[in-house]
Amino acid sequence: MNFFTLVWKEIRERPTAMLTGLMTITLGVAALVAIRNVTFFSERAVAKELEALGANVLVLPKGVTLQDYYSADLHGQTIPEQFVQQLAFSNLEGVENLAPKLCVPARLNERGVILTGILPQSEFQAKAAWQSANLFSKHKGCKKARCVTDEGGTNSLATKRTVQELYKHEALLGSDIAAATGLKEGDKVSLLGETLVVSAVLPTMGTVDDGRVFAHLHTVQRLAKLGEVVNCIEIMGCCEDVAQGLLTQLGDLLPGTKVVTIAQVVQTQVSINRMMQRLSWLFLAILVAMAGAGIANSTIANVRERRREIGTLMAIGASPRFVSRLFLCKSVLFGSLGGLVGYLLGTGIATTLGSQWSGMSVTPLPMLAVFAICGATLVSTAASWWPARSASRLDPCVCFQDS
Amino acid sequence: MFHLESVSKQYQQGDNTVSALDSTTLDIQRGEFIAIVGPSGSGKSTMLTLLGGMLAPTAGKVWFGGQSLYDLTVTERAELRRLKMGFVFQTFNLIPYLTALENVEVPLLLRGDSKSNQRKRGLELLDQVGLGDRAHHKPSQLSTGQQQRVALARTLANDPCVILADEPTGNLDPEMRDQVLAFFDEFHRSGKTIVVVTHDPEVALRAARRLQMTASCVGAELPHRLAKAA
Repeated sequence: MNFFTLVWKEIRERPTAMLTGLMTITLGVAALVAIRNVTFFSERAVAKELEALGANVLVLPKGVTLQDYYSADLHGQTIPEQFVQQLAFSNLEGVENLAPKLCVPARLNERGVILTGILPQSEFQAKAAWQSANLFSKHKGCKKARCVTDEGGTNSLATKRTVQELYKHEALLGSDIAAATGLKEGDKVSLLGETLVVSAVLPTMGTVDDGRVFAHLHTVQRLAKLGEVVNCIEIMGCCEDVAQGLLTQLGDLLPGTKVVTIAQVVQTQVSINRMMQRLSWLFLAILVAMAGAGIANSTIANVRERRREIGTLMAIGASPRFVSRLFLCKSVLFGSLGGLVGYLLGTGIATTLGSQWSGMSVTPLPMLAVFAICGATLVSTAASWWPARSASRLDPCVCFQDS
Repeated sequence: MFHLESVSKQYQQGDNTVSALDSTTLDIQRGEFIAIVGPSGSGKSTMLTLLGGMLAPTAGKVWFGGQSLYDLTVTERAELRRLKMGFVFQTFNLIPYLTALENVEVPLLLRGDSKSNQRKRGLELLDQVGLGDRAHHKPSQLSTGQQQRVALARTLANDPCVILADEPTGNLDPEMRDQVLAFFDEFHRSGKTIVVVTHDPEVALRAARRLQMTASCVGAELPHRLAKAA
């Protein structure tokens, strides 16, 4: 027999006490891991969005309230398309590109879809050449050397929110729609009574754009009989430095519109993340206190229950250190096991529910396992320290008392 | 082996001081078999715990093998018990979740013996008390007599030079009592010092020396013929 046999056999003797202690730690750790996991990926998603779109500005009809950047055009209100040309030739510093959009509901193969009209870049360039005007200019000192025309193909809709070329009889399919309908490049589709050719299936973007059908803006305007209007104009700034400056200039240029930056759009999410982060620390404190109290309580009860046994062990020569180790070893075992199970449970909750509820991809964070196991072990051991110490100071004479 | 020098023990109960043992001076020689007899509350168990280094006296000194027991630290006293003393309890005090063999192995584990040594010695001792076939039974699966024999095997595990027994036959039927007393006789013959606290005149009669305790005092030594009446 060794020391651990003694500890393990005692744990097995009282399975209810073991399960209660283990559950306290496991649930506490699981809650914390789940919160931290979701918060981490939410923060990362926002940061990624800000990094990719941080310089972008949205021009919207005045009364629109915005929840999601990617569905900024899904509100039914319109502004004149004329604003697009006004912007294109106003020579605003730092404007790198423009993406006007108009969304209308349509049916595709018996399925309800959103048909989104977009304006390809080739049209801006053609107009600029025809009017001998300078289209878009970087602001002074801009270090970002990128140009939308550098990247062609349909990938640019995902990365730069625009496409270079799109003819009036063509349509682009979002990946989800293509998967659902089985349509592919070269197929013909009927939308709002007109037949269009699928020129490409877009790569998966992980946004509402995956469920859209894109066509030329002027085709959508004509089919929807809405006139020369758009739902929003997305302005791609050359770098984040210009976003705030553009806000003022655009406000002056288009007084009847609402102009917002991507940072403002994601502000709510940032605030929620911040709140969740603070809450997770608060939960941590509460859960640590609760789990600690639970473990301390269960260890005190265990010491009380085993007074006679401890007394006997001391009578036959167990040192105070040996006795306290009996209890602390149990706490280390509960802490580490509870931490591990809690990590697995919390990660499971975060990865399944996180993606279901928020549509965000949450993957396991191995570093959290280290924190969960070490933290739970530390709390469990600290909570058992005092009861273990009192056990080691127990008067061994209790072993002589008649039961 | 033991020398008690004006040892007394008092307990505080609220505002009252209760004397468990009045000033006592006593010598116990190596290899002696002593029975301490007396009514309940006379201080017999207090005497035993004082001898076992588990209860510091209020005054006086307890010497064990030339060493002042209570000048040692708690850990040193635990080590002394581990190496030189064996205890027998009235209620056997076996660890309920361990088998008979594992209970016997506990003192060997505390002494730091290897697993194989523990097993070998444990089985040897269980055979010695006639329980070799019950090695893997838990205390709840054993009769009271068998439990006390397992406890005796545990007492002998570290080959102690002193055995301190508290009412060792108190919970046993006459047949089992005789068996246990036979073991005590054997221990005594093998040169061990035995101090037994008992109510039982039969146990007292087995001892070579009997001390009567009354009202916290160690009284006169009882001659053999009076031990039965005590």
